[in-house]
Amino acid sequence: MKHTLSVLVENKPGVLARVSGLFRRRGFNIDSLAVGPTENPNVSRMTIIIDAAEHPLEQVEKQLHKLINVLKISDLKPEESVERELTLFKVDAPAATRAQIMEIVDIFRANIVDVGKTTLTIEATGSPDKLSALEDLLRPYGILELARTGKIALQRGLKGE
Amino acid sequence: MKITAAQALIKSLEKEGVEIIFGYPGGATLPIYDALYDSKVKHILVRHEQCAAHAADGYARVTGKVGVCMATSGPGATNLVTGIANAYMDSIPIVAITGQVPTAVIGTDAFQEADITGITLPVVKHNYLVKDAKELPAVIKEAFHIAGTGRQGPVLIDIPRDVSQTLIDYKYPEQVNLPGYKPTYRGHAKQINQAAYEIIQAKKSVIYAGGGIISSNAAEELKEFAELIEAPVTTTLMGKGAFPETHRLSLGMLGMHGTRYANYAMSEVDLLIAVGARFDDRVTGKLSEFAKGARVIHIDVDPAEISKNVKAHIPIVGDAKAVLHSLIGVIKKLLEKEKMSDKKEWHKKIEGWKKEYPLSYEQGEAIKPEFIVEQIYELTKDRETIITTGVGQNQMWTAQYYKFTKPRTLVSSGGLGTMGFGLPSAIGAQFGCPNALVFDIDGDGSLQMVSQDLATVAYNKLPIKIAILNNGYLGMVRQWQELFYKRRYCQVDLAIGTPDFVKLADAYGIKGLRACRPNEVKSTLKEAIETPGPVLIDFLVEREENVYPMVAPGAPISQMMGGGE
Repeated sequence: MKHTLSVLVENKPGVLARVSGLFRRRGFNIDSLAVGPTENPNVSRMTIIIDAAEHPLEQVEKQLHKLINVLKISDLKPEESVERELTLFKVDAPAATRAQIMEIVDIFRANIVDVGKTTLTIEATGSPDKLSALEDLLRPYGILELARTGKIALQRGLKGE
Repeated sequence: MKITAAQALIKSLEKEGVEIIFGYPGGATLPIYDALYDSKVKHILVRHEQCAAHAADGYARVTGKVGVCMATSGPGATNLVTGIANAYMDSIPIVAITGQVPTAVIGTDAFQEADITGITLPVVKHNYLVKDAKELPAVIKEAFHIAGTGRQGPVLIDIPRDVSQTLIDYKYPEQVNLPGYKPTYRGHAKQINQAAYEIIQAKKSVIYAGGGIISSNAAEELKEFAELIEAPVTTTLMGKGAFPETHRLSLGMLGMHGTRYANYAMSEVDLLIAVGARFDDRVTGKLSEFAKGARVIHIDVDPAEISKNVKAHIPIVGDAKAVLHSLIGVIKKLLEKEKMSDKKEWHKKIEGWKKEYPLSYEQGEAIKPEFIVEQIYELTKDRETIITTGVGQNQMWTAQYYKFTKPRTLVSSGGLGTMGFGLPSAIGAQFGCPNALVFDIDGDGSLQMVSQDLATVAYNKLPIKIAILNNGYLGMVRQWQELFYKRRYCQVDLAIGTPDFVKLADAYGIKGLRACRPNEVKSTLKEAIETPGPVLIDFLVEREENVYPMVAPGAPISQMMGGGE
């Protein structure tokens, strides 16, 4: 089962290596990992998606807690959190299919961020499911390159609300 | 007045109460050694950095203080790694200080550069690369705090040479600021109540005590607890000394080379009370069969250990001493109203096992290694003695045949199983306890991994007695090849090439003795003990003696080979 761990860490050199090293050493698999600053310049947030059963997940959290630079870990439940991911697609788009692709982009409320002679680069934001659906629709036209940021997430509302 | 960061480092070590550093200088630590020149902190020059780390480890184990070792950048630092990993696996508090190449050339593969913070990441509790000299005092304060609190462990501080030379305004912080580090010491009251309730009802309980008892100085509490609830106590290798092995409730050590009665008791236990132990595979054998059907109370300061290998029904996160103290109080209160369950049948059963399956070996024409350990025990039991060991058969015979009665008297590499640990840890132990008789019961293989540090023993005139159980084999590996690989002895014969240990001792100015027959053992040991200063004894023992009883790897611990089936 997939879990979304939102981990607040001290913004210090080497913290990412400590966290990723721990996952490697203990044999936990990371599906995706996104790191960035938070409202507090001394604190970064890591959003880690792991595929683990309940018991290994408990171990992951406990082992993460032992890292001195880790401040807080939340296991975000999908129904209680907002999750987003950003994807860039570079799609083969000659004149013949360009209009069809642009239609799909519209339906998904995605944006075209670069236009080449025979390519379109599309930016799409949303839940991982939505992005996968878009990817499936674009594939027949020829996806030349693709980049995903990995999921980021926040708890909805305030805790206990 | 400004001082250099190197001077600040030494001052800070003094503030932390550091009396001794085990180390080896080099280019990147020149500023630090220059500052050390003016300090009262003693520095012991080892002959290999690995021994500096092991000596700091041995010092920490016998004193309970944080041990300190130091090495230069590159190879000096990488030579510490085994010692750091050893301390990590056994949760021993040490601070390792390494020099690093100047900040301007970090990352350029400079001369004697090694990314030691990267290399040690998986084997330290925490580490630091200090790039700003101003941060050094706070880093040292944090390092000692982290190493010595919670689940203890090694912390490494890497200091580039230019940082050491930088002038700073020195002030040692009073407090640490570590928002992400808050160990839990006091157990949860509700869990403790629940545990107490189950404890007084259990009919076949066993206390399984580990190194956590020793690191939290909880041996007295453990004894009171065991006597209060009338439960037998088995310890891990790391827990030896946590409970007197001469006590009627002692089951000795459990696990792969544990006593039969400890392992049998573990297989019928109805309430397992684990304190400061981590259900290591050498203890549990086949995990699914271990303490099958028993309720499990697990007390540990590290929440990650609880339910890692064996599910705990009552987890109690906290310091062993504090939790046992609370538990004793709650149980005493409970007993005002309720009765303790009757454990007569259980004790009768255990007594039966003890009578039927004592640890045993047969005397022969050659010296039996078990006999040497027994004799060392007999000759040293009435005085303050610390035993260190190598790793392998020598270690297991020591664990089986020396009866440890006090905490911090056995210094042995448990988790990592580091051959060569015996001699350097004895050096650290002797500096930590100058009045104790320190005995290194070692193997011929283990000792040869660190024999250069006989020099450290010699020039410091440390009165360590080194007893080599010399079978000319890499004995434990040979034993496994005998039992599980049809006696196809591959690369385990050490006899060829091994030096004459008596001459080797002599070369270092250390007295060397040799015993070849059983009737020489006692007199040789006596002579060694009575001789002031270091003595090395080469005991030529039965070459193919095996450590029994033994649980085959992967088997349940109730299935033991040898030792009186």
